[in-house]
Amino acid sequence: MSVRSKVIEAIQQIAKEQHVTLPELSEDLSLHETGFDSLAFAILVARLEDETGVDPFTISEDAAFPATVGDFVRAYENVPA
Amino acid sequence: MSPREIFALRDHLGAELTGRTLSDAHTSVSLTDVLSQTVLGGRLRELSGRAVLLKLSDQLRSGLAMIELDGIARRMLLCPPDLNPAHLDALIADAGIDAVVTDEPDRWTDTGVPLVVTAQLPLVPTIPAQTERGTEWLMLTSGTSGVPKIAGHTLEALTGAIVAEGAARGPAPVWATFYDIRRYGGLQIFLRAILSGGSMVLSDPHEALADHVARLNARGVSHISGTPSHWRKLLMSGSAAHFAPRYVRLSGEIADQAVLDGLKAAFPGSSVGHAYASTEAGVGFAVNDGLEGFPADYLGNRNGVEMKVVDGSLRIRSSRTAHAYIGRDASALTDDDGFVDSGDMVELRGNRYYFVGRRGGIINIGGLKVHPEEIEAVINRHPDVRMSRAKSRKSPITGGIVVADVILADGTDPGRAKEIREQIVQQCRAQLASHKVPAVVRFVETLDVTPAGKLARTDA
Repeated sequence: MSVRSKVIEAIQQIAKEQHVTLPELSEDLSLHETGFDSLAFAILVARLEDETGVDPFTISEDAAFPATVGDFVRAYENVPA
Repeated sequence: MSPREIFALRDHLGAELTGRTLSDAHTSVSLTDVLSQTVLGGRLRELSGRAVLLKLSDQLRSGLAMIELDGIARRMLLCPPDLNPAHLDALIADAGIDAVVTDEPDRWTDTGVPLVVTAQLPLVPTIPAQTERGTEWLMLTSGTSGVPKIAGHTLEALTGAIVAEGAARGPAPVWATFYDIRRYGGLQIFLRAILSGGSMVLSDPHEALADHVARLNARGVSHISGTPSHWRKLLMSGSAAHFAPRYVRLSGEIADQAVLDGLKAAFPGSSVGHAYASTEAGVGFAVNDGLEGFPADYLGNRNGVEMKVVDGSLRIRSSRTAHAYIGRDASALTDDDGFVDSGDMVELRGNRYYFVGRRGGIINIGGLKVHPEEIEAVINRHPDVRMSRAKSRKSPITGGIVVADVILADGTDPGRAKEIREQIVQQCRAQLASHKVPAVVRFVETLDVTPAGKLARTDA
């Protein structure tokens, strides 16, 4: 499974649990518009860390939290193996 | 008997009850004959009036030494097996120890303790001793770090609940516990065995659970106590099937509905009860209606135990509490009115109080306070879950989130893991505030349990 599909699947799973109705997850959809609150994002980052072994937002000191779904996915794709 | 009618342990033993034993995995000692025998090599006289440290590597000799020393020594300090040796000097100073009973006498040469008495088996004959005084019993609290506190008890306080309950009907019980008898929970069972005219089967930390249960059966154990963690381990082991005690008791941790129901199902012929007790507060009460928590009308004065809830924590005043912390810098054990603050947090729902966790065990989830026990109780209600532990995990976004490690019941199809995980999260969402819902649920094979039988909470 590609990194992208792992991320998207995790977002959809958490949306289901949190009863969040997601809009279409386009590249430039702002993360605010996903309907996720900070708890939902915290869950997402923790689960992806368990699945991929990385937490791109803790590793890098100057990592700004991404603004869009595309940025978020790239944060995982760009982590050096 | 002494002039003030002080009862010591020896006064509860006598030749009229035969067949009583105290046993461990290796040795069985007759409690009927014990008064005319000595584990101290006949040196009890030398310990009269002294402050004695009981530092033995096994429970059997510890129990026998307690029987001999009670009523003779001025005080005795019980050392549980997991005591950090680095804390010994501070404890010896705080308790004013001037004698040690040990099975490793070589270790005590040049330590400054003036009298070293070796405890040894087999027992040798001696002239029965007479009770001279009320001995002060010193027990260590099971705090997680630092030097443990010393709580001072009398035998009367330690046995207050046992005497209040009165004699059990039917044949004399054979007691056992998963605890060590040098901790409060285990000592309660040891004292019950002595006072009830029954026998006792001691645990052994090196013994496999299945072998332990086989030994409990062989010895005819009828009454047995342990922490919910001990009991969950037994239920998971598959060994429970061959065991049928009359009375199953839980204490030391929150007994949630899942573990009570699990025990009732595993031991359909037994009465299952949970008791509330702590080293400082003594035995508060027992609950025998099969439900978690306790009826709200237990508050107030009931059988000489007064309880109230202040700032969410249970406070207890009774003649069964410890009378003081012992030592130079010892803090007060009770408030000005004589109530011990248990540190156990309770919540009133309907006409029942429920334990939600320890005040000191609160985890911080993004600035909100959460009791891990409350989350575990919800997770444990899932039929496929045997045991769980909730803890906090750092999050770059909220500061902290809840994660849960879960042990599934025997024989759960691993293919159902995803489905069970979703059900657990759903169950938690339905019953808990959203920040308490585990963000991550991991399935694990084991969870650590401390030597005191409690679920290890390293992050608490």
